[in-house]
Amino acid sequence: MTTLLSHLPWAVAAWLLACGLYGVATSRNLVHLVVCLSVLQSSTYLVLLGVGWRTGATAPVVVAGAPPSAGPVADPIVQALMLTDVVVGATVTALLLALAVQVHERAGTLDPERLRRLRG
Amino acid sequence: MRLGRRRVRPRAVLLAIGIAGLASLLGAALRALPPSGSGASAYGDLLVARSVPERRAQDVVAAVNFDYRGFDTIGEEFILFAAVVGVLTILRRRDDEEDVTARDEDASAARAPPPTSGAVRVLGAGLAGATVCFGLYMATHGQVSPGGGFQGGVVLATAPLATYLAMEVSVFEKIAPRWLIALGEGAGAAGFVALGFLGLLAGRAFLENVLPLGEAGDVLSSGTILAANVAVALEVAAGLVLLLAAFLAEALHRRLRRGAR
Amino acid sequence: MIDLLRAAALRLAAAAGAGVVATRDPLAQAMVVSFLGIVLALLFLLYQAPDVALSQVVVGAVALPLMILLTLAKVRRDAEEQRRAGARPRTGT
Repeated sequence: MTTLLSHLPWAVAAWLLACGLYGVATSRNLVHLVVCLSVLQSSTYLVLLGVGWRTGATAPVVVAGAPPSAGPVADPIVQALMLTDVVVGATVTALLLALAVQVHERAGTLDPERLRRLRG
Repeated sequence: MRLGRRRVRPRAVLLAIGIAGLASLLGAALRALPPSGSGASAYGDLLVARSVPERRAQDVVAAVNFDYRGFDTIGEEFILFAAVVGVLTILRRRDDEEDVTARDEDASAARAPPPTSGAVRVLGAGLAGATVCFGLYMATHGQVSPGGGFQGGVVLATAPLATYLAMEVSVFEKIAPRWLIALGEGAGAAGFVALGFLGLLAGRAFLENVLPLGEAGDVLSSGTILAANVAVALEVAAGLVLLLAAFLAEALHRRLRRGAR
Repeated sequence: MIDLLRAAALRLAAAAGAGVVATRDPLAQAMVVSFLGIVLALLFLLYQAPDVALSQVVVGAVALPLMILLTLAKVRRDAEEQRRAGARPRTGT
């Protein structure tokens, strides 16, 4: 079980990356494309999760006055990185959706196959 | 349509080649990675040991975000700020668009959506109140327990959302006027930077923790971490409400000017 | 015991990610991506990252589907308007 668990985060991250990439490349709808991009981004959360994890660790919250935890503690720096990742992913998705709204208004379609001409 | 499908074929082949190459490289990289669970950095252990004695902050992730690596968080908040500005710019009212006014035939009472029932409205109002309480709690207790400015800010932003869902969009616009929310967002972003300058004014480094540290476990502890939490909560909440207002205005109030195209 | 939960949550996240890509209709996809957000938040909780789990819940299960639905509402409204405007092409030259 432990050997499976020590390699499963990487495998799931690679799978999510491949799924998201396939979705972005073969999408016929810009909104669908943006959501697949957010799936692509969630693969990075899994890599960071796997990097900062230590077997048998507890959360990085140190309650003063309680006896100090004898065991290992999960890495707080990597968790701070994950937090930033989640925030930035959400904001970029908002921006891309606004762009999709404008594309539909100007070109009348959300199909990337039919958006051919670049207008200045 | 047939032309489109024929053109997709070479692209699908290229995609397959690309994904095969990426998969092989990924496989080699994953085999070389140390197994998950084998260890964190020495930096992390150091911070966990020092967070309470040095900064009186129980939540080490909040201490990392707002104190030890506070400069990165300033950058992250400005990414959020820039994205909100970008969305507001993209969804602004253009010269060939106009707002649907109450006098248009589209917006007549006969075509308006039916008002929501009394039970939904009461539930929405109650939920909004509880959400604001919870959001304020999470934003101010970031240094004591898991939570913090960003999480509390997003929860606060869902309170106007609950009122929009339970009532009409006019209620939402009345409780969250654009100018007030924009002011709040600017104040939050500027407040965080001003906190950094506080360190310079005290004769130490930018964004250094110069406010009184207090006792670990209290809400009023860990100096600038609490103030930074509040500033970030204000900015994130206001930014999200602005995004919501911009998307709603675009979806409900905007249309092309007659004869524009 | 908790290791079993972790492995199960990882597999569920993989399945949800595949489900998001396989759902072609954006309206249905908004619900599936909300599910993915909740599964990821559960995963972060199981891996002892409560701060990140809180952020992921509010972002992935609330803010993201909300923005997708608002975008779809606007797009649908535009399409209806274009249909009502008749044969006048909007693409122009």
